[in-house]
Amino acid sequence: MNIEKKILKYSSLEELVLKLNRDGKQVFAPVKKDNIVDFAPVSGLYEMAEDYIVTVQSAKFVVFPNVETLFEIETSKDKITLKDKDFNSIPEIILLGTRPCDAAGFNILNAMFGGDYQDTIYSARLDKTTLVSISCNKSDAKCFCTSVNGNPGATAGSDILLTRIDNNDFLAEIVTEKGKAIVSKYPELFETVPEINKDKYMADVPVEFNLNGISEKIYSRFDSDIWLEQSLRCIGCGTCAFICPTCGCFDIQDAYDGYSGQRKRSWDSCGFSLFTLHASGHNPRNVQSQRWRQRIMHKFVYLPEQQNLLGCVGCGRCSRSCSANMNLKELLIHLKNVIENE
Amino acid sequence: MESIRKKAKELLEKNAVQVIIGYGEGLDKSVSAIFVRKPENAETLIFDDRCVHNLAVYLLKNEIKALGKPCIIAHLAALRTILQLASEHQITEDDVLVLGVTHKGELMEFAGFKDIEKYIASANIDISENEKEIINKLEAMTREERWQFWVEHLSLKCIKCYACRAACPLCYCSRCQVEYNQPQWITVEATPVGIIEWHITRAMHIAGRCVSCGECYRACPMNIPINLLNYLTVLTIKEKFNVSAGTSADLDSVMSSFKSDDKENFIKQS
Repeated sequence: MNIEKKILKYSSLEELVLKLNRDGKQVFAPVKKDNIVDFAPVSGLYEMAEDYIVTVQSAKFVVFPNVETLFEIETSKDKITLKDKDFNSIPEIILLGTRPCDAAGFNILNAMFGGDYQDTIYSARLDKTTLVSISCNKSDAKCFCTSVNGNPGATAGSDILLTRIDNNDFLAEIVTEKGKAIVSKYPELFETVPEINKDKYMADVPVEFNLNGISEKIYSRFDSDIWLEQSLRCIGCGTCAFICPTCGCFDIQDAYDGYSGQRKRSWDSCGFSLFTLHASGHNPRNVQSQRWRQRIMHKFVYLPEQQNLLGCVGCGRCSRSCSANMNLKELLIHLKNVIENE
Repeated sequence: MESIRKKAKELLEKNAVQVIIGYGEGLDKSVSAIFVRKPENAETLIFDDRCVHNLAVYLLKNEIKALGKPCIIAHLAALRTILQLASEHQITEDDVLVLGVTHKGELMEFAGFKDIEKYIASANIDISENEKEIINKLEAMTREERWQFWVEHLSLKCIKCYACRAACPLCYCSRCQVEYNQPQWITVEATPVGIIEWHITRAMHIAGRCVSCGECYRACPMNIPINLLNYLTVLTIKEKFNVSAGTSADLDSVMSSFKSDDKENFIKQS
């Protein structure tokens, strides 16, 4: 597909953020606060963090919020009324400054929430979300997108991909219809562009391993000691899953006082001991090593098998935020080496 | 560092312990806990300024227990945790061999928990100047301002990943209060109420037990200074009961023990 390219000046991007806000969109961008960079609503570009690899949390919250009310319940003497979610209450969101890995993460969530079962709330949120990503001109030791089929300038998943080509200009690649809609709504901000090779503006993220074609081999090590060995230091919190752009597991709870209430879903993690606890008291994943195995299997075996998608985009968030330093890139290299040398 | 490696190798060689819980370095030079079981791997142990994690969190983990008797490389906060765990009858002197390490990396061998107590009595167990400054600010606030401070830090930032709980060596319940769901005591969702309920409950559960190692803060992906909430309870308990957790292997639990000579009158039989 031939992707249309434009120039968006820094000053035009400033104006775009103002205009989008003025036109009733919520613009979320990476913002630095209390020493962390995370997505937050911005009214102007000046609020956006300049210096970040990726945000602490992924951008999945716009389509899969930490807490989502699925429907409301009202009871009276002789009647129970269920009130569906009001889709009109879902805001139109522009995500500015997502990275190509974040955008790739959306494709994986889309496959999960739009697979056998079409999750209507997820789809409604997705319909109202536009990704204006910015490609990566730098990376760090935790990044490994190129080892999991991504790259610092990949357009997949973004509606527009911006690349900073100098202090004043961004190269804008208009990837989707949603991207085109922004350009046609604000045509005065986008200028025509001579042919530009964006490669030289990209961060160098070396390919350090390749898991293509070894899904079955990983699966055949289901009973291996490697899972215990790798997870001895894991403390079993939910940080990796909560901040992961592709973790979509959730818990469902009713908040109900006898008269009215809501059914809510909230993020859950396969790293928690309660995650698989049966009502009988039996827990098929009783120890952390089994939970760690599940995390790896889901992303690198089950998703490739079910959706033909690798379940990890190599953003490195889990490794950066893990207090026990469960360094995913390193553990995957270790896993691959063990498998290949057996 | 060399003395740690030498001692670890020796302990494993003579099978005095089966695993050394210490610090190691990964491919990208980041530090994590390592569990050394072979004498020849003792050389992977490191100790420097980056080795801040409280390794005592691993002492009660079933998978680690299954490896055999551990020797733990324990900095000051870990030593205090070990005494507190002993006070709470979670570990005994026979369960673990403790190798203390000063912040300069000097190795300390202890004859027993009493010996650790002596060392801690002589050590500076104060929090950092920076933390003191924030505590002073918090204490100077009105009740409403302080509530607002916590609402901003907790309700607006916490994602309820429970990293604070998992990293805390004294949050060792096999099933946490929040995991009892019949009935559901504490709101599960990361809503303002669910978040505040969780943090206040946790602060109360570790009040009088917290050794202020700061691990909850270090583990928090959202950088919430949750350790300060716990430290305020530490200060209050020191002031009201003159007790500091993690100074003796033989402390009664402040919040769940009764003494007939309690200084509060309301608790006494009239």
